Amino acid sequence: MGDVTPLWEVFIRPRNGLAHKHVGSLHAADEALALSAARDVYTRREEGTSIWVVRSEAIAASDPARAGENFDPAEDKIYRHPTFYKIPDDVGHM
Amino acid sequence: MYSQGLIGADSRTEETDEFLAAFQARIDAEEKIEPTDAMPEGYRRTLIRQIGQHAHSEIVGMLPEGNWITRAPSLKRKLALLAKVQDEGGHGLYLYSAAETLGVTREQMTEELHSGKAKYSSIFNYPALSWADMGAIGWLVDGAAIMNQVALCRCSYGPYARAMIRVCAEESFHQRQGYEIMLTLCSGTKEQKEMAQDALNRFWWPALMMFGPHDGDSAHSEQSMKWKIKRFSNDALREKFINATVPQAEFLGLTVPDPDLKWNEEKGSYEHGDIDWDEFWRVVKGDGVMNRERVQMRKDAWENGAWVREAALAHAQKRTAKVAAE
Ligand SMILES: [Fe+2]
Ligand SMILES: [Fe+2]
Repeated sequence: MGDVTPLWEVFIRPRNGLAHKHVGSLHAADEALALSAARDVYTRREEGTSIWVVRSEAIAASDPARAGENFDPAEDKIYRHPTFYKIPDDVGHM
Repeated sequence: MYSQGLIGADSRTEETDEFLAAFQARIDAEEKIEPTDAMPEGYRRTLIRQIGQHAHSEIVGMLPEGNWITRAPSLKRKLALLAKVQDEGGHGLYLYSAAETLGVTREQMTEELHSGKAKYSSIFNYPALSWADMGAIGWLVDGAAIMNQVALCRCSYGPYARAMIRVCAEESFHQRQGYEIMLTLCSGTKEQKEMAQDALNRFWWPALMMFGPHDGDSAHSEQSMKWKIKRFSNDALREKFINATVPQAEFLGLTVPDPDLKWNEEKGSYEHGDIDWDEFWRVVKGDGVMNRERVQMRKDAWENGAWVREAALAHAQKRTAKVAAE
C-alpha cells in the first residue's frame, strides 16, 4: 500500500479564556492518532488544555496573489479608527 | 509550520532582476517570508536543504543518547534523558513540517537520509562510550546547537523561525542537565572526574566543528547571509561558543584539550588552535566511526515500522468507507 499518511494542522488552546491557535502540523492516519500525536509533539510542557486537529487539505486559504486587492483597501479607511474623530480634551475620556 | 496543502499549486517564480530586487527589499526590510509568498527558487532550495539537514540531525541525534537510557545511573537521570530524547524527536518533527511548507514531502526527506544523499550534523557520528558522554553531549553539543538555533530564531523564513523559537525554549534544559551530570562527576571520585575529562577530550573538537567550515571556505554562506537565512557567520558563532564554554570548563576543574587556546585581551575573546578539517570532511562524507550504524538504525526503524503505518492507514480507510456506506 503506497498511500501517504495525511497531513493535519494542529491548534491548541493554551488555557480557558483564550482561542485555539495554530501551532504546527503533523502526519497521522486518522483523527484519533492525530490527536494523540499532537498531544505528544505539541503539549509536553503544559502548553494547552484543548487540542483541535484539522486535515490540512480541508483548509481553504485566500489566494496570496490577490493579497493586494484583498487587504490593501482597508489601508485608506482611517475613518474606521477612533483617532479619526476629534473630541476636545475638555469632554474627558471617551 | 503551515501545511503543504496551503501552498499555491504553482510555486515557480520568474526570476527577473526586478523580482529578485523586490524580494531582497522585503528581506532587507526585515519582513518574514511565508510559504505562499513568491520566492527565488534558490532561496527555496537552500531552505529545503538546510531545514532537512537540521531535522535529520535532531532525529539521528536521538540515537547516541537513546542508547544510554536503560543504563542511566539513577531514576532522576533516566527521566531527564528520556525527556530530552523525546524533545529531540519533537524538534525533528517541527522541522520536517517547516521543510514541508516549501513543497518537499516527508517521504522524500526520509528517502534522502536513508540513501545518504541528505546529510546530518557530523557530531552524531561519534560514539557515546561512557555515561560521562551524556554530560558532555548535553553541555557541549546542545550548547553549540543553542548558539546556532538562537541565531536562527530571526531567520527570514517564517515557519523555520517559528520552529526555532519552540526548539530554543526546550533546549536550555538539555544543556543544563548535561552540565549537571558533569558537575556531579567532577565532584565525585578521581575515576569519575577522569571520565568527565575523557568525555570533554573527545567531544570538544567535534563540537567546534558543528559550526561548520571557516567563513572563507563556506560555500553557501554569503548568499544565505544576504537572504537572512543565516544571521551570523560560522566563525562568529564558534567564537561565541568558545567564550561561553571555557569558563564553564574551568568551573568544573577540567582542561579544554587545546594547547593553543589563549585569551586575547584586545579582542576580548579566545583564540583556538587549528581544527582538523580533514577529519570533519571525512565524517561528513560518511567515514566517521558511527555513520553506517546510525543510518542503518534509521532504516531499520522505518522498515520495521512499515506495518504499523500500513495498518493505521488501512484502518482509517475502512472506517471512512463504512461511514460513507451508512
Ligand atoms: Fe534539539
Ligand atoms: Fe537538544
